[in-house]
Amino acid sequence: MNTASVSLGASVSSQSRFMQLALAALLGVFVMGFVGFSHIEAVHNAAHDYRHSMAFPCH
Amino acid sequence: MTLFRNVVFIAAIAGLVAGVVLACMQAYATVPLILKAEVYEQAGGGHQHEHVAAPAANATDTNAMSSAAPAPAEAAAPAEDEGWAPADGFERFAFNVVANVVTGIGFALILVAVSEFAGGIGNWRQGVFWGLAGFAVFTLAPGLGLPPELPAMPAADLAQRQIWWTATAVATAAGLGLLAFRKSLPLAILAVALIVAPHIVGAPQPDSFESPIPEGLHHQFVVAVTLTNLVFWLVLGAVVGVVRGRFTGTATSLRDSFA
Repeated sequence: MNTASVSLGASVSSQSRFMQLALAALLGVFVMGFVGFSHIEAVHNAAHDYRHSMAFPCH
Repeated sequence: MTLFRNVVFIAAIAGLVAGVVLACMQAYATVPLILKAEVYEQAGGGHQHEHVAAPAANATDTNAMSSAAPAPAEAAAPAEDEGWAPADGFERFAFNVVANVVTGIGFALILVAVSEFAGGIGNWRQGVFWGLAGFAVFTLAPGLGLPPELPAMPAADLAQRQIWWTATAVATAAGLGLLAFRKSLPLAILAVALIVAPHIVGAPQPDSFESPIPEGLHHQFVVAVTLTNLVFWLVLGAVVGVVRGRFTGTATSLRDSFA
C-alpha cells in the first residue's frame, strides 16, 4: 500500500490485513461493551464508579 | 495473525499504562464526588437502580446489609436485592482499577486498529492528536447530550441512552475520519452533518430534572470527568505512539514475526 511509512506487518496481504485490524477493533468494542454497557447486575456493580467516571450511561 | 498479535500487544501496554493513570486520577477527582452523591441518594430514600421505588424502611435496610448483619425477616425483602457488589474501601477501589485497565485496553485496541488503517501512529506527538480524536469521539460528543451523571440523578431509559451514546460515538468518529482523510468538499459537508446530527435528534432526557444532588456538586463532577478523560486519552495516544515506534524502529526487519 505505501512504502514510505513503516507499518506493522507490512508484508501481509491487504485483505488479511483488513481482517486482522477489523478483528482487533471488534475485540476492543466487545471488551468496552462488556465492562461499560453490560446489563448484568454484578458487572454493573463492580464497574459502577468507573461507569460514572467515564460518563457511560448508568443505572 | 502476526499483525493482530502486534496490535493486541501494543494495545495491552498502552491500555495498562493509561488505565492505571486514569484510576489514580479518579481516586482523587471523581470517586469522592460519587461517594458524596451516594449520601444524598441514601437520604433521598433508597436506590433508584431501575426497580420499583422501595418502601421508606429500605434506607435502613441497606445500611444493615452493608454492615453484614444477619437479615431479619423484613430486611430480606427481595425488592432491595441488587446482587453482588464490591465492599466499600479497598475492594471497591481494586475493582475500579481493574475496570479502568480492562476498558483502557479495549479503547486502545480500537485506537490502534483504526489508526493502522490510516498508516499508523508514528510517534508520541501524532499519538496525542489521535488521543484528542478519541476524547472527542468517546467523551466530548456523547457528553454534550448526556452529561456525566452522579448516582441519584434523574435519567431516561437506560437502553435508549446507551443506543444514543453508541450512535453518537460512531457518527462522530465517521465524521472526524472523513474530515481528516478525505479531501473533497461534499464529503466535508457530510462529515459536519454526521457530527451535528445526533444532537439535532437529541439525547433521551428524563421526565423531570428534579434531583437531590446539588447543582454545584454535579458541575464539579462534569469538570472532573471531562478533564480526567482528556488526560487518559492523551496518555493512551502518546503511549501507543512510543510503543509502536519502538516496535517498528528497532525491529524493522522482524516486524512481521515479532510479537
